[in-house]
Amino acid sequence: MPFGNTHNQMKMKYSSEQEYPDLSKHNNHMAKVLTQDMYKKLRERATPSGFTIDGVIQTGVDNPGHPFIMTVGCVAGDEETYEVFKDLLDPVIEDRHGGYKPTDKHKTDLNSDNLKGGDDLDPNYVLSSRVRTGRSIRGFSLPPHCSRGERRAVEKLSIEALASLSGDLKGKYYALKNMTEAEQQQLIDDHFLFDKPVSPLLLASGMARDWPDARGIWHNDNKTFLVWVNEEDHLRVISMQKGGNMKEVFTRFCTGLTKIESLFKERSHEFMWNEHLGYVLTCPSNLGTGLRAGVHVKLPNLSKNAKFEEVLKKLRLQKRGTGGVDTAAVGGVFDISNADRLGFSEVELVQMVVDGVKLLVDMEKRLEKGQSIDDLMPAQK
Amino acid sequence: MTKNCHNDYKMKFSVDDEFPDLTKHNNHMAKALTKEIYAKLRSKSTPSGFTVDDVIQTGVDNPGHPFIMTVGCVAGDEESYEVFKDLLDPVISDRHGGYKPTDKHKTDLNFENLKGGDDLDPNYVLSSRVRTGRSIKGFTLPPHNSRGERRAIQNLSIEALSSLEGEFKGKYYPLDGMTDAEQEQLIADHFLFDKPVSPLLTCAGMARDWPDARGIWHNDNKTFLVWVNEEDHLRVISMQKGGNMKEVFRRFCVGLQKIEEIFKKHNHGFMWNEHLGYILTCPSNLGTGLRGGVHVKLPKLSTHPKFEEILTRLRLQKRGTGGVDTASVGGVFDISNADRLGSSEVEQVQLVVDGVKLMVEMEKKLEKGESIDGMIPAQK
Repeated sequence: MPFGNTHNQMKMKYSSEQEYPDLSKHNNHMAKVLTQDMYKKLRERATPSGFTIDGVIQTGVDNPGHPFIMTVGCVAGDEETYEVFKDLLDPVIEDRHGGYKPTDKHKTDLNSDNLKGGDDLDPNYVLSSRVRTGRSIRGFSLPPHCSRGERRAVEKLSIEALASLSGDLKGKYYALKNMTEAEQQQLIDDHFLFDKPVSPLLLASGMARDWPDARGIWHNDNKTFLVWVNEEDHLRVISMQKGGNMKEVFTRFCTGLTKIESLFKERSHEFMWNEHLGYVLTCPSNLGTGLRAGVHVKLPNLSKNAKFEEVLKKLRLQKRGTGGVDTAAVGGVFDISNADRLGFSEVELVQMVVDGVKLLVDMEKRLEKGQSIDDLMPAQK
Repeated sequence: MTKNCHNDYKMKFSVDDEFPDLTKHNNHMAKALTKEIYAKLRSKSTPSGFTVDDVIQTGVDNPGHPFIMTVGCVAGDEESYEVFKDLLDPVISDRHGGYKPTDKHKTDLNFENLKGGDDLDPNYVLSSRVRTGRSIKGFTLPPHNSRGERRAIQNLSIEALSSLEGEFKGKYYPLDGMTDAEQEQLIADHFLFDKPVSPLLTCAGMARDWPDARGIWHNDNKTFLVWVNEEDHLRVISMQKGGNMKEVFRRFCVGLQKIEEIFKKHNHGFMWNEHLGYILTCPSNLGTGLRGGVHVKLPKLSTHPKFEEILTRLRLQKRGTGGVDTASVGGVFDISNADRLGSSEVEQVQLVVDGVKLMVEMEKKLEKGESIDGMIPAQK
């Protein structure tokens, strides 16, 4: 893959028209936004590490789009991408994140004490609770662009930081490239193991290079706190457990994340963050909190109700199948999570999930008894 | 034009930090690339900006096939073979039977130098085919080229091909503009190529921007076919039913030379030098880039214990009728030359013609229950 920007200089021999991608059959955020004039302006630039506009858009050019899901179609190669290519990325961000403006400020709140309730979602309906986010380590380029040396440095720093966690968070790191068969099987059974990406959306951006070098999974002994190293982002952090105690899941999430962040800071490395975009991640769809908080919840009656989609929309929630994005629901069990990432804090997003799921379960119980849910319909949040 | 930002950025990390883990790998690149070679090459790049990490990415991402020794590295431009010769020379030597950095390669596209080849028995030889690749000088190669370059190659190719006449008169079908009917027909003719799915190719970056500036040209007779911007700038194929390899090779040589003339007129000849012959993306295709082969019925010979030995001695290889990595069906094999570099086009096709003639005679003997011991050839 041409990561060097010498090739960018060579490409300038060709006119902007000659180099501009054919997006006539495309349906993704990048294709909606990238005009010829914009491309002409941005093609001369590169970030300090050498990431260019063609690096940003390659995945969106190679993947014209999904009929049902609007993909983003562009990625960041480093922190500076969001500044150097703001002419493209600001409109993509605005379109993807509900009108978020270039002048807007994003609020971070990882104080789990600020979450009201969330410890009493009915476990007869709410089977499991989970919160995930991503973090990027400042000073390194991102998965589409990083070299083996950078990726290994990220892994090394992560192992060091995670190894000093204690108490409920004490755990172990499993490098993808040298786990034993037994370890691998256990991680699969626990639903923890991630494998080399197969989605062309990810492959086309270069994130799977050198697999499985410097990739791994860390989890605590209790199997309730999990960190993926060097998959789609430098770090993906996940807190999860059976049942409906989202408060506990979120508390562990915040405590663990904050602890990890201070361990990185002790080693002179921060997370990429700024007051406009919040936490900076590879995919523009994960900016802000990068947070997806969700439950697996039984809603066999509600999910067949004519107003189900509308209710979700009003609650600012989205549904997925229990296999995650792009899967179908099985046995009336849905994955319900926050739809937003940017422009709301972590506490606000988890509050929406907690309040929204509580309401959805109340509605389900009503429908079970053959009662109406009309008086329960929420206002637009 | 030699400033290569991310390559300079990577230099902050030590050789040990950047050197790939090749412990589980089995390909030519992994066999040849030592830390010392990597240390020497990592600060370099070709004038267009191709670096050693680009050369080796496909080999790092694809540890290897248990049965097939893959090459594990690609060129991004003509200069790759010079700038990274410390890696590519040993790969070439290993892949091409000991070919040395000082060896000279001979090109011979004079079909009249082929002896015989017009009388392979069509009861056994079902079809004959010759293919090769060509790269257009002045452009980078498929792992590295930009959309502008790829489109320029397509434009030049369309111009060149549309000026062909007589038996070569034909039509170009761009991949992103063909109708359903055209697509159906090209599939039925076994001409259509699709977006590469093999990770060997996708990891090298050859499928970027698909299907932009990719297409298929063929003559009206459907005996001469050119692929544009797949794994190489051009892949040129001559084929027909039956055993007249001489005719297939004649058409191949004549067509290739006509095309080359037209590109030269536009100051874009083919990449060639007297050491490596024709320069192509994959080091395995250097030299002639030629694979001349037949589909031939050898149900008895193929089950004979000496079959493999005979092929080796004749410098031939077998494949299934679906091409590389497929199995043979109904005793029909694809038999072609094993060599690419160090012998000329005429020499390689001669080996196929003579070798297949011998194997068909062996098949006939075995049909009659006779021995073939007296026919086993010497090592060519």
